[in-house]
Amino acid sequence: MTVALRAPGWWRALAYVIVGIAFSYGVSIGARAILGYDPLLDGEAVLTIGLIAVPFFFLVGLGCFDYWFYWAAGRATRPEDHSGHGAYSWKDYFRPNTDHKVIGVQYVVTSFFFLFVGGLLAMLMRAELAAPGRQFVDANTFNGLFSVHASLLIFLFVIPVFAGLANFVLPLMIGAPDMAFPRLNALSYWLLPVAGLMMLLSFAAPGGSFASGWTAYAPLSTSAPIGQEFFTIGVQFAGASSIATALNFLVTIITMRAPGMSFFRLPLLVWANFSTSLLVVIATPFIAASQFFVLLDRALGFDFFNAARGGDVLMYQHVFWFYSHPAVYIMMLPGFGIISEILAVKARKPIFGYRMMAFSLLAIVVLGFTVWAHHMFVSGMQPWIRIPMMITTAIIAVPTGIKIFSWLATLWRGVLHLDTPMLFALGFLTMFTCGGISGVMLAMIPLTIHVSDTYFIVAHIHYVLFGGSLFTIFAGVYYWFPKMTGRMYDERLGRVHFWLTFVFFNLTFGPMHIIGVQGMPRRVYDYADKFAAWNLFISISAFILGLSTLVFLYNMIASWRGGPRAVANPWRALTLEWQVSSPPPVFNFDAIPTVVGGPYEYGVPGAVHGVFKGAEVPAPAGAQAQATTTAE
Amino acid sequence: MPQESTPRRESKRTVQQMVLVGVIATAAGIALGLSIHWFPPANSTQADKIDTLWDVLIIATVPIFVLVTVIVLFAVIEFRMRPGEENLDGPPIHGNTKLEVIWTAVPAILIIGMVTYAYIVLHDIEKAPAAGNPERQVAVTGQQFTWSFAYNEGGKKFTSAQLYLPVGESVKFDVRSKDVIHDFWVPDFRMKIDAVPGITTHYRITPKTNAIGNHDIVCAELCGLGHAYMRQTAHVLSKAGFQAWVTKMTRQPAATGGGGGGGAQAGTTDAKALFTQGNPDTSATACGSCHTLADAGTTGTTGPDLDKVLKGKDAAFIKQSILDPNKVIAPGYQANIMPTNFGDTLSPQQVDALVQYLSKVTNK
Repeated sequence: MTVALRAPGWWRALAYVIVGIAFSYGVSIGARAILGYDPLLDGEAVLTIGLIAVPFFFLVGLGCFDYWFYWAAGRATRPEDHSGHGAYSWKDYFRPNTDHKVIGVQYVVTSFFFLFVGGLLAMLMRAELAAPGRQFVDANTFNGLFSVHASLLIFLFVIPVFAGLANFVLPLMIGAPDMAFPRLNALSYWLLPVAGLMMLLSFAAPGGSFASGWTAYAPLSTSAPIGQEFFTIGVQFAGASSIATALNFLVTIITMRAPGMSFFRLPLLVWANFSTSLLVVIATPFIAASQFFVLLDRALGFDFFNAARGGDVLMYQHVFWFYSHPAVYIMMLPGFGIISEILAVKARKPIFGYRMMAFSLLAIVVLGFTVWAHHMFVSGMQPWIRIPMMITTAIIAVPTGIKIFSWLATLWRGVLHLDTPMLFALGFLTMFTCGGISGVMLAMIPLTIHVSDTYFIVAHIHYVLFGGSLFTIFAGVYYWFPKMTGRMYDERLGRVHFWLTFVFFNLTFGPMHIIGVQGMPRRVYDYADKFAAWNLFISISAFILGLSTLVFLYNMIASWRGGPRAVANPWRALTLEWQVSSPPPVFNFDAIPTVVGGPYEYGVPGAVHGVFKGAEVPAPAGAQAQATTTAE
Repeated sequence: MPQESTPRRESKRTVQQMVLVGVIATAAGIALGLSIHWFPPANSTQADKIDTLWDVLIIATVPIFVLVTVIVLFAVIEFRMRPGEENLDGPPIHGNTKLEVIWTAVPAILIIGMVTYAYIVLHDIEKAPAAGNPERQVAVTGQQFTWSFAYNEGGKKFTSAQLYLPVGESVKFDVRSKDVIHDFWVPDFRMKIDAVPGITTHYRITPKTNAIGNHDIVCAELCGLGHAYMRQTAHVLSKAGFQAWVTKMTRQPAATGGGGGGGAQAGTTDAKALFTQGNPDTSATACGSCHTLADAGTTGTTGPDLDKVLKGKDAAFIKQSILDPNKVIAPGYQANIMPTNFGDTLSPQQVDALVQYLSKVTNK
């Protein structure tokens, strides 16, 4: 037993969690005793300290920090024996693993777990909204449902699932044996379940879960019950994970490209993640700041947002949206990358206008930082700010349009393989155009004055994040499923999944445009009787949409367990990840490839992207191997 | 490995068909977009301009959606892989500078046009009435979960829980909040603005002649538990009707509760008004926004139905439930939802009056 408690792992993590809870009580009671507070035991104070401290105790117990602590203390670090690499049984997925492919799978599976939880919350919302009046939850629970739904799907699904897919694919694509910082990569992953669990546990908090929306506007959030802090602090962990991963991607892309892999030979997925990582590194600290403000207001009475004491309520929104607008591109650009990969391979043609595709990504990164206040057109901020924000917001449609038109031109005269990934990619093209168009409409201030905070906004963001991001995620998961699992998915079920999703997605979110313009506000658990018919229709469509994901779930689980074995390159793709076995070897490449051409030279006779006759990678030779093969 | 590509070109007929389908779909799409009954009634001069902007945006954007969809559909029909083409590749076309310039420039021009038009509309809907035309100012105050409206008519100040406006005259709203952020929105007028603690925000509207009647007031910014119920009514009256209302209001300053300025000390307390409207002066929330009470005609469901839970209870229990609501929680409801500040926001007389009133009407 003592051995189990000394070695990194779940037993030690459990023991440390208990120590962490005791620590939280100790610090709280001690501080209150010193300051002479009465009573000594304050549940909220303990909980606040616990939410911050216990996750660290858990992560230390699990072993995320072992190597660094030994190194920092000057003690002998355990020699790098690559025991943290690869997965040989399911148990290897439940420990800090340093293999980017294992981490990629951990990320994707975890985020899909939260997709299903978040989707379930949406089902509960739609059940409540099926008819006017109270059905089966109260107002507080309902406000909690949509707040947790949005927070989980943004911070625990869309953002991390893209990080997960890229984690698996990106090092392979650039010809690297792993990410630049494998231990940081493991830590980044383990921060996620902490954040997600924290948000879910908020339902158990006294006074209910956080219920001020994922936007958590002050002063509603600073005066809400304690459940709010599960968001305030949970976001810090999700954000830290995001920032660490983005740094890892940036360093990996800049320093670990295979010989010959110049920037303009990078697959567009790599360009997309490069752009996304820039956004994450620059923007994410702002949401951390906004939530630290809220935490200080709540826990220590800083009065940042207390107008009666000179606080500035609008400042919260500016800081929050300075992250949260770029965040929508964080949730979209990786999807652009996935679509570029799939369209080129499935249309058997080079990407049309490759360089413009890369430059338009960078243009979106830059412009993305200049539009945040379009979320505040009716917030009461200085009126003149609206004008430049309207112009920049509309202009973003230009680089986005370049991408859409280039994809269309890529299809033209191709040989279109209309299988599941391609269907989702084509579905994305049309649905994202719809979301983009309502986005341009929303840039027009006079229209936004009427439709902001209505179901028109709900429709718009779901066309962008569901019809946009989620379609690209489904496309990407089907596309790389053979590479990640070594098995083929069931094509017929994949098509059924696509058509159910495509049809009922539109039936669910399309009518929301109409009731929004007619005047139904969002985030309400009851509504005027005139919206009853459409709401019932939307709820029924939403339930079928929800059920359609079960087809996907079944397909994934059944195919992973018993699907036909996948060959190395079932799609006849040129990019490097398809040139190794499915699933890839533990160290990716037996020989580092040399890149000799572009990634999408389909139709060019005899074209190759990479050749495999470079230097031998040193075999993982147990304890004798040089430390951190991967970091070199 | 990539195969030798074969020439794969669209036939002239395909292009003609595509253009034809595109034109028809665009026309049908625009017709559909313009015929859908999108908006609630247009009851302010501002509403007309915003609705026209919407129509223009429909006309400008439908062709883009049709363009993308038609190209996807025709690419699927024309260029899908046919049996025997499993190993075929498309032609290695890497780009076309002329095309790329076109699809950068054309959307840019379209966008400049839309932004310019939107700017003109914005200017129109926010501009003050021409000099000489009167403009009324109404101070709108939001609080959880109700609105109140302060008037200053010919030097006489009074507050109303309902919004009354004369037809055809511009009104400027000065919007404030007492607690969290709310948003003052009358969908029939189209305009909205947040009510932000610490600052005053504004907008103006002019009710059109077709506006006489009642209009919903909706809170559009999530403000807490009762957000969904923060709905009130705006009454647009003829000019004569409005003057009559003003006369009535200035004659009986405390008629609708909350006004008068004297607060709790001023004479007897109207407990029923207190129940339905709260006390705006001290930001005491209206009981009726969350609780159902048959006698007061309220139907809130955030908190328990008082007709049921207070039946057979004594005055001491009711008083405790108002001042310390977490002490006893009705089955199926949670603690920490009802405000615990009624001891501060209501005077002892007001609490007693409420207790008496509730005791009377729930134990009939």
